Amino acid sequence: MSALLQVSNLVTEFGGGRGRSGLKAVNDVSFSVDRGKVLGLVGESGSGKTVTGFSILRLLERPGRITGGRILFDGTDIANCSEEEMRNLRGKRIAMVFQDPMMTLNPVLTIGTQMVEAVQAHDKVSKDVARQRSRDALGLVGIPSPEERLAAYPHQFSGGMRQRVAIAIALLHQPDLIIADEPTTALDVTIQSQIIYEFQRLAEESNTAVIWITHDLAIVSRLADDIAVMYAGRLVETGPVGEVLTDPRHPYTAGLIASVPSQNRRGEPLHQIRGMTPAINRLPQGCSFRTRCDRATEGCLIMPDLIPEEDRAFRCIHPVMKEVA
Amino acid sequence: MVTSIIRRLFQAIFVIVAMTIIVFIGVNVIGNPVDILINPDANQAERARVIAHYGLDQPIWKQYLMFLQGLLHGDFGDSFVYGRPALGLILERLPATLELAITALGIALVVGLPLGLYAGLYPKRLSSKLIMSGSILGFSLPTFWVGLMLIMVFSVELGWLPTNGRGPTMEFLGVQWSFLTGEGLRHLLLPAFNLALFKTSLILRLTRAGVQEVLPQDYIKFARAKGVRESRIIGVHVFKNLMIPVVTIIGLEFGSLIAFSVVTESIFAWPGMGKLIIDSINLLDRPVIVAYLMMMVMLFVALNFIIDICYTILDPRVRLDAKA
Repeated sequence: MSALLQVSNLVTEFGGGRGRSGLKAVNDVSFSVDRGKVLGLVGESGSGKTVTGFSILRLLERPGRITGGRILFDGTDIANCSEEEMRNLRGKRIAMVFQDPMMTLNPVLTIGTQMVEAVQAHDKVSKDVARQRSRDALGLVGIPSPEERLAAYPHQFSGGMRQRVAIAIALLHQPDLIIADEPTTALDVTIQSQIIYEFQRLAEESNTAVIWITHDLAIVSRLADDIAVMYAGRLVETGPVGEVLTDPRHPYTAGLIASVPSQNRRGEPLHQIRGMTPAINRLPQGCSFRTRCDRATEGCLIMPDLIPEEDRAFRCIHPVMKEVA
Repeated sequence: MVTSIIRRLFQAIFVIVAMTIIVFIGVNVIGNPVDILINPDANQAERARVIAHYGLDQPIWKQYLMFLQGLLHGDFGDSFVYGRPALGLILERLPATLELAITALGIALVVGLPLGLYAGLYPKRLSSKLIMSGSILGFSLPTFWVGLMLIMVFSVELGWLPTNGRGPTMEFLGVQWSFLTGEGLRHLLLPAFNLALFKTSLILRLTRAGVQEVLPQDYIKFARAKGVRESRIIGVHVFKNLMIPVVTIIGLEFGSLIAFSVVTESIFAWPGMGKLIIDSINLLDRPVIVAYLMMMVMLFVALNFIIDICYTILDPRVRLDAKA
């Protein structure tokens, strides 16, 4: 069985055109997600994770555009879809939850209006039926007295409640794929747990595929089946979560893992990756991580390919190997 | 909601009272009407009689109280020039100004909103750039000059439209209106267009700015991610956010159209209130000036009140603030 979503060698550029090349926010990124699986797409701010998400929905804002690679969704190349076909995919088969719940709902429309329009955008049903479905979806994400809530405006909700509404909207059509762009970053920890639990249940029960975009490795370890680590627009390491997080190959992944605070290393200074993420228009020659890496040698002046190893892959010629004790 | 309306009502009354003082002092400063009212050859006794007749021999605070008393009865005194009640004189001219203002505002909305929307949605197109450049002209060309040019081109050179007056009028609801007759409509066209030019540019630029502010918002992108049709995104999501500032401006500009269409009315000899007030100021016709100013104060207060209510309908966030 082929994967639900297959992204291969995706390149998304900003600017450029007319012969000049733009800035590659996403560069040669490949991954796939199966039904019922959760992929954790991990990276720092500016590493291209969000742009990857928007590329899949073809919702890039100018001057951003896809300039290379292929995105196959359920066997269809989305580059060949017409605008109307894309609209039919969005919300219906691929849904997205945004990062900032305070900004994703229109402040001058009621929750009900915004949910009903989402239903009616794809299904020719009466307003009453659409309202009923919206009510059920709100109940599903644990919003009390959904009937009254439909008449409320976004500013009458807290951030956590708004994110639940956004998730309820994403669930309205029982999509095949949900792209969740750091949906819990703006929320407090207890609500974060509840939402992660909801997504887990969703993936298991409805066989929905999830791409969870985040910089939080702790969430990924709890939720995801697979992980894809991005750095400066490129994938640096992919593989099953269990293997990658316990036995990372790429020094960047290893650095990220070491930077997570832990009970076991109480009192010790927290590990930091030295330096800062380079600006995307000033990437060093060769491996982008070279300037921050302790293992860098002259060989790193050439961009390494993704090196496969069983069901995982990494982009480093000096991989970290767990010492066999 | 109710408490906020009551609060606003009190504020409105306070504004009106404050304005009565300013208006009263203002007209007392601009000149002595006696000099104009009385024939220079008149003798002292006749002079004293006229002054006493108009109550001008009373102390200023007493004059003010008399003025307030008249105000409460809708009596601003008789016009020095026409010898008839000042308020009636103004109300007689109101329909002419009103139809001019409404037509101008209509033109401004029908032209400004769609063009602004277009220029905001497709800012890179040449046509959008032309629209925006044109709006700068509409903004900066002085009204009197545009009015004269309109007369030059459409009346003098082309001979299509009349230069002045209202043309024949037709009675409707007991008032004479120009727009009901074909000839009157022809008379209305040029002054209305002249008056609308600035407002069109204003609404156009405001609309475009609104579109450009709303479009990059996350909630627009989220609506797209829901698969909502583009027509609905523009027509509902963008438009409703956009109308909040536009409604405010429409209200205020409608007031200014009625109150300050003086230049256009003078150029096209439109027999509206603007023309009346200019004539009255020249002749120091105090009751008419006062009545006019007070009417405009009430007009603006009423418009602001209506805008506030529209505002709470459009923007739910304001509603909650009012409750708190």
